[in-house]
This record gives sequence, C-alpha cells and structure tokens, in this order.
Amino acid sequence: MLYLELFIQGFVQGSIYALIALGLTLVYGLLRILHVAHAALFTLGGYIGVIVTNATGSFTLAMVVAMLVVGFAGMLMYKLAYEPLLSKPPYVSLIASIALFIAAEEIFRIAFGPYGLSYQTPPLQGQIELFSDFYLKYAEILVMGLSVVLLSALAWLSMRTRTGVAWRATVTDPDMARAFGVKIQNVRYLNFFIGSSFAAAAGVLVALLNNLVEPTMGSVPSYKALAIIVLGGLGSIRGTLIAALLLGILESFGTIYIGHLLGRDAIAFAFLILVLMVRPQGLMGGKL
Amino acid sequence: MSYEITLLTTMAISVLFALSLNFITGFCGQISLGHAAFLGAGAYTSAMLSKAGVPFLMTIPAAALCAAVLGAITGLASLRVRHDFLAITTMGVGFLFVGIIRQQDFFGGEIGIAGIPGSGFGKVRFMLICVALAFTFAAFSLYVRRSWMGFVFKSIADNEDVTRVLGIDVSRYKLIAFIIGTGTAGVAGALYAHHFRFIGPDSFGFVESISVLAMVIVGGIGSVWGVIFAAALLSVLPMLVQFIDDYKLLFYSALLFSMMRFSPDGIAGLCTRLSSSISRRTTESDGNKR
Repeated sequence: MLYLELFIQGFVQGSIYALIALGLTLVYGLLRILHVAHAALFTLGGYIGVIVTNATGSFTLAMVVAMLVVGFAGMLMYKLAYEPLLSKPPYVSLIASIALFIAAEEIFRIAFGPYGLSYQTPPLQGQIELFSDFYLKYAEILVMGLSVVLLSALAWLSMRTRTGVAWRATVTDPDMARAFGVKIQNVRYLNFFIGSSFAAAAGVLVALLNNLVEPTMGSVPSYKALAIIVLGGLGSIRGTLIAALLLGILESFGTIYIGHLLGRDAIAFAFLILVLMVRPQGLMGGKL
Repeated sequence: MSYEITLLTTMAISVLFALSLNFITGFCGQISLGHAAFLGAGAYTSAMLSKAGVPFLMTIPAAALCAAVLGAITGLASLRVRHDFLAITTMGVGFLFVGIIRQQDFFGGEIGIAGIPGSGFGKVRFMLICVALAFTFAAFSLYVRRSWMGFVFKSIADNEDVTRVLGIDVSRYKLIAFIIGTGTAGVAGALYAHHFRFIGPDSFGFVESISVLAMVIVGGIGSVWGVIFAAALLSVLPMLVQFIDDYKLLFYSALLFSMMRFSPDGIAGLCTRLSSSISRRTTESDGNKR
C-alpha cells in the first residue's frame, strides 16, 4: 500500500508542478524567454487567495479573483518587462527575469511581512478514507480535479477554437501568422494571461495544502519548473505535462529511498542532469 | 583601520570570484547560473583541510584542484547542451551541490563548518595575499584575452558553429575555460573560508550565484576592468550604506533589471558608448570650425 500512497502523493504534487510549468512552456514556446518571474505570479496568486478567502469567506470567489488579477498582472509584466527586451540576446531577458523575481520576493516580504499568512478557517480540510488507513484530503482531490479541468479547457481552447488556431500558428511561425492577419500582440497577451492565471490557481492550491503563504514560497517551484520545462523539451506542452507528473512521483519515491543522500529539491536537478546527458533535447523535444 | 582592511579583503575576494566567472561567461560565452558551487567546493576543501591541521597556503592549491575537478565534470556535462539548456544545467549543478552538502554530516550538514582556523598571517598580510591573487588573475585575464586562446574564446562566444567549421576543437577550449574559471573560483573559496571563518550551505546557494553574475553583467560581460569595478563596488556597497543592506536584494535586483533594460553590455558598454559619442561630438565640432 505504501507504493500506492506515494504514487498518489506524487500525483498531487505533479499536478501542481504541471499547472505552474505550463505557463513557462507557453511563454517559452512563443517568445523563447525563460520566464523565471513566473513563480512570483504564483506567489501573488497564493496571497490573493488567502486574503480574499479571509475577507469574504468564499474560497471559490478567492480562486476566481486570484486567477483574474494575476492573469492581468502577467500581461502587465509582459508589456513592461519583456516586450522591450525581445530584440536583445536571450541571456538578457533571462537575467532580467531573475532580477524581477528576486525583486518581487522582496516586495512581498516588505508588503506582507516575512512570516507569511494563513487561512483563518482553512476550507476543504475534510478527509475521505480511500482504503484502509489511507486518507485523502478534499483539498488534494481538488488539486487533481482542478488541474484536469483547467488543462482540458486549455486543450479545448487551443484545438477547437479560432483563437487556438491563431495561437498555434503564431507559435509555429510568427511571420506567417501575421501575414494571415493574426494579431501577434493579442496572442502574446492571451498567452501571458492564461499562463499566469494557471500559476495563480497553483498558488491558491499550494496555500491551501500547506495552509501558509510566505514571500519565498515561489523560489523552489520557480527553479523546479524550469527543470521541468527543460526536461519536457522546452516549448513542448505534452512533454511538460509528462515531465511534471513524472517528477512529482519521482520526488515522492525519492524522498523515501534516497532522501538521506539528496534533499527533496535536489532530486529534480539530479534527474534533469541525468536526462540531459542522455537526451540533450529533453524528453519530448525535437531536434535542436 | 581594521574596518578598512576587512572591506578591502572582501572586495579582493569578490573581484577574484567575479573574474573567474567572467572567464567562463564573459570570454567563452558559456552562461553559468551555478558558479557559487565552485566557490563552495573550494571553501569546503580549504576549511576541512585547515581544521585537519594543514597550513593555509597549502590548502589553496588543494581547493583550486577540487573545484577544478568539479568544474571539469560540469564542463564535460555542459558540452552536450547549449544556450538556455546550459543555463538551466549549470543552475542544476548549483542546486545539486547545496543539496548534497546539506544532507551530509561529513560536511557539517545544515549547520556548516564553524571555527575555521585563521590564516596565521594577520589581517594585513592576509589582505595583501587576497589583493595579490586578485591582481594576478586580472593580469592573467588581460593576457589571455590578447592571446590566441582569447581569440578562440571570443570566436566561440560569437558563433560556435563557425568556429567549429574553422577546424578548432571547440569542446577542448570550452573545457579549458571551465577548468580555469572554476579552479580560480576554488581559490576564491579558500580565501572566503579563511576570511569569514564560517561557512554553511546557504553561503553558496542560488542567490550567491546570481550576485556574482550580477557583478559580471553590471561590469560588462567580458570586460576585465568593468568586472573589477563592478565587483569591488557591489561587494562593499551594502556594508557602506546601511539602508542598502536592509533592502540589499531589492537594490541588487532593481540594479540588475535596469542594467538589462537600458544597457545590457554593462558599465563597460556604457563607457564605450559615452566616449565614442563624446569623441564624435568633438570631431563634429572640429569639422565645423574648419
């Protein structure tokens, strides 16, 4: 039974990783930017979730508000920070993004205090007994359910709607898409809106699982999400989802079996380096 | 006087460390987001040897060797990946280093290593050693940049494929850059350990890697003088101005971001552009006179 428990725990963690890493992949696929500051939006989502829940008592409202506000914050971040840097060499936007992320962490610390916030009455703490002696919190079920819903919605949007077609066309060949009348600018805004709101959802969920948001809650996910998108083959959505789930499961097993050698957070990078040595283009990436 | 000596020592160690990254990222164009791991490798080697009774000066070559071996392994691994993949791989190396150190009681675990014996030279002479090492490596950097190897580095940084077509063994030169750069970081680590007399896993984490990258970038990637200036300035600024110390990270990140936004080639690039625009203006006004 231990295996199944570890597997499910890993799946919950992997769903969170998937929600965070998806935004990164979208941005990388479109703009070739390693968007480290994405994790700042994740943290912002967590803060908004806790503050709105405590103020209004409605967790659903908090989730919606967090996704909307952070979505717009992501668009703003693109407009102010990334757009002027698009023509510069790639390391410029990477460093700028890291700087942005560190600055955001400091601003959270100054604005909300270093010790973090909690839900006054954390919702969805009930448990169901899945089988003998193995309980699953409602919150954990929500994590898996919401991830599936959001990712399916995205799949529907990109495969079944005109917007989705324009979006995929822009990722494949921006110039050609523009020639066919796609407004590249709008596609980029949409991209940042969706990616950021997914990160916000992940932030609210992590805040729920830990019942804590703190200024530094984004630092580990930010680098881990980078490892995930590189593992998935930079820009491949399918690869990212597989890598996220795989890493979640690997970590939950790794913590038990090799935890004494390597901390939980280092496992991701050990795995990353091993994979890159064998497949430099990542798990699902095409030829470099 | 003792305060100024501490300040100068810190400065010299930072300059040496920043120049070692400049060798890899600036000269050879291989971006590294985990350089603090090699500072750490040197620091841990030197600290543990020192505690075992080895004299300070003997620990320096050992620290350099240990960091360089680690650097060679990283370099070999990095040969397989490029650009964004390389950035993330080196970042991974940094996290892996801290992750391993943290879990091993042999390395002091979370607590780190305290009570590292002094260098046995007194503060002033220790400072002189640090400054001398920083100067030596700066001179070496300047020499390499004008040598055949420096041209190869520059060519790899500009366009790796073309360099390979020219019949140059790109992998070999990348490895050389990695080994020299990381070995030097190891030396800086040995000095660091004996300057602060305490090291822990957090001293060599991602923030440290980013701070040193900030020094290189603010100075101007590849420019020896620019990097020296920026490293000296950024390392002591937080000590000089208390306000900056409280908001150190915010200040660093704002500086880094505005540098990327307005002058991605750093202070050196800024100076070049200023001086060229001044000289253009003077030649223009000369022309008008005639």
